[in-house]
Amino acid sequence: MKDVKCECGHVNPHGTVLCEACGKVLDEQEKNNKELLDMRYEGSARRSQTYNKTIIDKIWNFFSSVKVGIWLIVITLLTSTLGTILPQEMYINLPPDVYYEQEYGWFGKLYYQLGLHDLYGSWWYLLLIAMIGISLVICSLDRVVPLYKALKAQRVTRHEGFLNRQRIFGVTEHPEEKDLAVIKNHLHERRYRVREENGDLLAEKGRFSRWGPYVNHVGLIIFLIGAMLRFIPGFYVNEDLWVKEGETAVVPETGEKYYLKNNQFILQHYDKNKDKTFEKAIEQAGSVVKNYQSNVVLYERVSKNLPGEKPELKKLKEYKIKVNHPLDFNGYSVFQSSFRSELKTMSFVLANKKTGESFGAVNIDLEDPKATYNLGHGYSVKILNYFPDFEFDKNGEPSTKSRLPNNPAFVFSMTTPDKSKPETSFVAIKQTIEPFGENTYKMAFQGIETKNVSGFTVRKDSSLWVIILGGIIFMIGVMQGAYWNHRRIWVQNKNGQVWIAAHTNKNWYGLKREIETVLLDTKLVIPEDQQQKENLEKEGV
Amino acid sequence: MATISSNLLFIAFILYLISILFYGGSIKSKNDSSEKQGTNTWGKIAVLLTIVGFVSQLGYFITRWIAAGHAPVSNMFEFTTFFGMALVGAFIVIYFIYRTTLLGLFTMPVAILVIAYASMFPREITPLIPALQSYWLHIHVTTAAMGEAILAISFAAGLIYLVKAIDQTKASKQTFWLEVVMFSLVTVLGFVAVSSIFSSMGYHEKFNWVDKHDNQVTVEYTMPAITGPHEGKLLTTNGFKPLVEMPAFINAKKSNTVIWSLIGGLILYGLIRSVLRRRIAAALKPLVKNIKLDFVDEISYRSVLIGFPVFTLGALIFAMIWAQMAWSRFWGWDPKEVWALITWLFYAAFLHLRLSKGWHGEKSAWLAVIGFVIIMFNLVAVNLVIAGLHSYAG
Repeated sequence: MKDVKCECGHVNPHGTVLCEACGKVLDEQEKNNKELLDMRYEGSARRSQTYNKTIIDKIWNFFSSVKVGIWLIVITLLTSTLGTILPQEMYINLPPDVYYEQEYGWFGKLYYQLGLHDLYGSWWYLLLIAMIGISLVICSLDRVVPLYKALKAQRVTRHEGFLNRQRIFGVTEHPEEKDLAVIKNHLHERRYRVREENGDLLAEKGRFSRWGPYVNHVGLIIFLIGAMLRFIPGFYVNEDLWVKEGETAVVPETGEKYYLKNNQFILQHYDKNKDKTFEKAIEQAGSVVKNYQSNVVLYERVSKNLPGEKPELKKLKEYKIKVNHPLDFNGYSVFQSSFRSELKTMSFVLANKKTGESFGAVNIDLEDPKATYNLGHGYSVKILNYFPDFEFDKNGEPSTKSRLPNNPAFVFSMTTPDKSKPETSFVAIKQTIEPFGENTYKMAFQGIETKNVSGFTVRKDSSLWVIILGGIIFMIGVMQGAYWNHRRIWVQNKNGQVWIAAHTNKNWYGLKREIETVLLDTKLVIPEDQQQKENLEKEGV
Repeated sequence: MATISSNLLFIAFILYLISILFYGGSIKSKNDSSEKQGTNTWGKIAVLLTIVGFVSQLGYFITRWIAAGHAPVSNMFEFTTFFGMALVGAFIVIYFIYRTTLLGLFTMPVAILVIAYASMFPREITPLIPALQSYWLHIHVTTAAMGEAILAISFAAGLIYLVKAIDQTKASKQTFWLEVVMFSLVTVLGFVAVSSIFSSMGYHEKFNWVDKHDNQVTVEYTMPAITGPHEGKLLTTNGFKPLVEMPAFINAKKSNTVIWSLIGGLILYGLIRSVLRRRIAAALKPLVKNIKLDFVDEISYRSVLIGFPVFTLGALIFAMIWAQMAWSRFWGWDPKEVWALITWLFYAAFLHLRLSKGWHGEKSAWLAVIGFVIIMFNLVAVNLVIAGLHSYAG
């Protein structure tokens, strides 16, 4: 491909629309046009506009198109809305194949079948995000390099056809010599960098705002890479951990290095008598939780990790884990995320059914029940069978669903001095079965004790700093692009006249105000906004 | 302290209301000197009233903060009121850049509607649940609201553009949709009017009904039930018998409110139309005749440019930081988060369309309107209809 040499002597890469140095229109089709110049990317030669032969060109051109980028954004936007119609999979507490149909009927079923219950984790949603990522890279590269070159190569003296086709343009017929000096002064005051060649001026400021979009794109790409890093094993830990009060548990995914003891779980509600300000609101809501807290101790294992051996622990710190105040250590964070109450003990008394006379209490630790409870005077109770989470199985036999004492049931054998054979009784919550005929004695339910179990989320996210970095760079880029403007003012001598033209990438109103102040105290004609003039003519004002 | 606070809010509201008259006056009396820039006496008074109102509302905010012990941005009333305040603040800032009172004439009614809408929600000071007990509550919510408010200014400017640019002499798609926008604004007023009327009457009726899990529950209506709950039995004597019974999975009480608001909106709109004898947008047209299209287009675009970074920071970045601390993940695809992302994507598309595809003028103005619709959807529908972690309605 041939480079294009402009009449000013500058050699432009193939595909250049406006000469990088003098701004002369090089594109044949554009040459005789009288309309305002399209100043985007300075009319530089972009790869996507120049080559379209190989498959790589085609892919490049596809992704370098802002139109494609916008479509990707719009499609992502529209599909994202679908995921908010019904709760996503992670916010429901039933199996999804049951939940959606049960809660939302045929619509819920359809929603589930279409895979919308896990929309944001679906392959096609991730593909959309990935395509946006590719579009970001290629769009930016396609533009930033030629733009940089063009802005670097620009000379002060510009071609006439460049100047009079700028949006802001004006001619002063009989300029005064000293006005130029006044302008220069004003421009300096307004922090322009002024370059001078053959008596022509180019005042420029805020060029760095042109890089804003590219900086923010870099930030976004870093952010997306950060979000991808969590798929690398070891980078991302997200585990649930339940610890009962008084117990110590190993923190998962730490190589059994850290242990957490839960001393106490605290649940506090607002008290309408104490928190007077909230009295009305509390009355309306019934009760409002004030605090979820677990008082914990963090231990580190100091002994070698040998199976079967009790680990030797060193206390690291005591901490009160609350919502918004996780416990942080060595890259891990432990969050207070949930709690539940569990049955701890159940107590019964052995009593005579008729007289109600009792012969001693039995206090059963539901996690570790004793086999026999001796009540003295010849009375004793044996636990023949224990079902912590009782249910009848398929064959109608009593069995247990889990080892958690959610619904405890017992088969007691009651030995009393007046009976030769012990009596057997099956006792579950709210039911008693006497399998071998009518009993004289019963196990009368007395009460339960519960204990709290704290639910923690253990998280380690080594990709977080990448995401933070991406976020910071993005914000810098966005602000750079949004809060600064790239303004250029050309003041040039052409045929004994002074031509003033100006360009900004945005905020034309501000530029016009600025030119007015720059030209203050001079006889130079204030340049006009040619686009506005055109529009006003169209509007018929 | 709480009483002082609500009085200050009331004063602010009245001042905003009066300021609209002066904004109107400043446009009317400008007719002769169309080319001249600068603000006349009417306009100066209008802006002064706005600023005093803003200060008064700031007083409401601070006193309520002191009374509650936390920034008053934690329920629907507080957040929406703050959004209204941010809208006024954003207008004041943009006014001092561009010095056009016309923008006030379009922004202040929107701000007033927002604040009036807010006050239809329970105004009690609410305690903070544990997840909200963080200084990030103040930082995230206020920054997000400010971002949205600045973006909303672009809606006001876009509206001016459309009122001026669209040919009202014959009916077209554009006149229809612009009128839909006007009707929606009137409907908000309808909601406020209907709610206020029934609440001042002290209207109440109770139903026993069966929810979708076949539980017997009671619900209390504060407006006569047009749409009754599923298998509802009216408990209140002399209560209004529902005209239609809703299926169990639809919230009959909310749909009833929506229907009443639409009725209120239609009545008001009908009244306005019969007085004006033309479209609302057509009636507004004389007000905008002195403004240049390019100029409002630029205000609209500039507001997006200023608002977009603020919105990103508040609604996404600060939100992620807080979410990381409160829920152990910075992003959880909660409906409110998704809608913040949607809003962000929309304005990103807006900026790209403008920068690269040359969508200036009318197209850009329509986009500004759609952007505001998305923000309002996020504020109203996502809070009240789609329940999630952010749901203020409960």
